[in-house]
Amino acid sequence: MATPKPKQQRLMLAGFAVVALAVAGVIAAFALQDTAAYFKAPSDLAEGPPQPGETFRLGGLVKAGSVARSGDGLTLTFVVTDMAADTPVSYRGLVPDLFREGQGVIATGSFASSGGPFVARELLAKHDEKYMPPEVARALEKQPGHPMNTSAASGRGA
Amino acid sequence: MAAPDLHAFANPLRFQRLAVALTPWLLVLGIGFLAVGIGIGLFVAPPDYLQGEVVRILYIHVPAAWFALGGYLGMALAALAALVWKHPLAALSVRAIAPVGAMFAAICLITGSIWGRPTWGTWWVWDGRLTSMLVLFLLYLGVMALIHLHDDKAKGLKMAGLLAIVGTVNLPIIKYSVEWWNTLHQPASIRVSGSSIHPDMLTPLMLSAVGFLLLFAGLVFIRMRTLIAEQRVEVRALRRAARTG
Repeated sequence: MATPKPKQQRLMLAGFAVVALAVAGVIAAFALQDTAAYFKAPSDLAEGPPQPGETFRLGGLVKAGSVARSGDGLTLTFVVTDMAADTPVSYRGLVPDLFREGQGVIATGSFASSGGPFVARELLAKHDEKYMPPEVARALEKQPGHPMNTSAASGRGA
Repeated sequence: MAAPDLHAFANPLRFQRLAVALTPWLLVLGIGFLAVGIGIGLFVAPPDYLQGEVVRILYIHVPAAWFALGGYLGMALAALAALVWKHPLAALSVRAIAPVGAMFAAICLITGSIWGRPTWGTWWVWDGRLTSMLVLFLLYLGVMALIHLHDDKAKGLKMAGLLAIVGTVNLPIIKYSVEWWNTLHQPASIRVSGSSIHPDMLTPLMLSAVGFLLLFAGLVFIRMRTLIAEQRVEVRALRRAARTG
């Protein structure tokens, strides 16, 4: 019975290490909450309004019915929403295939002036965690009040 | 004094017999499940309403990600067992799992990048999910490097084991990155509450996942047998050197 002693010691040390690591991980995750975010949502902007010209990523859903092209056909305007707040965006450039009304989007850019729209330099499409065949999506779409709107691909490529 | 030594050598031998019997089954069944799962995924399963045909990379990307994470947990538990109970098979498991897990993590990262370009519009971003998954791959590489760093094999293994255990902090970070932080990567599709993947797509995904799991186990068994054989050769060479020297 002399051998278990160092074994128990090692087990206890390992246990302490795992607990300490878990605590450190949780603390780090909480501390990173703001800085590890890949984008800011429209309602985050109200809390800490960015300066005009300050570059950041704006993320949220493309508001249904908000996508429009300007007269020259090159500038795309739409509204990014997180259901709590809205931010109008303007963008000139290549639009990713999955850019759709009602789907997620992340735009990198800045406000050109205070009160003006968010001018995006780069546009990334986010998609949700749902995977289904087109027929199923169409059937769901027919249900009244369903937010899924795949026909609204009006913002797609120029 | 001889008893624990015998015990230590008996187990790898017994394991070897088991591994020899199991390995061909694991490989054959693994390749079978993978072929059926990916076959259905590529040719029978429907395209996605939003992503179209691109979605079919799911059947490789998702299982690779699952077992890159699962394999890491297994490796860390083996490292813990090696550190605390000094079981020789546990130390061998760490060495066996590391490169297989690294390969799975690499498959996940590469297929994810290929998937991201046509859907998101980018090969790579430094968001919480992608970054933590890259960290997992680097942790695997770190464990592999530490094993061979030290001239004294036992010391190298100990350091590698410590890194493997410390690295488990990254596992919940990968899992919850998409919930804790705003990320480009979407949240989990399969949760305790249910799945948001249509059954026609979920079935081939699960078949492919079983294939990935069996192949992971088969590859680890092959590596363990190789490592046991390697050790035996080394012991024999040492003995011969002692005799002639």
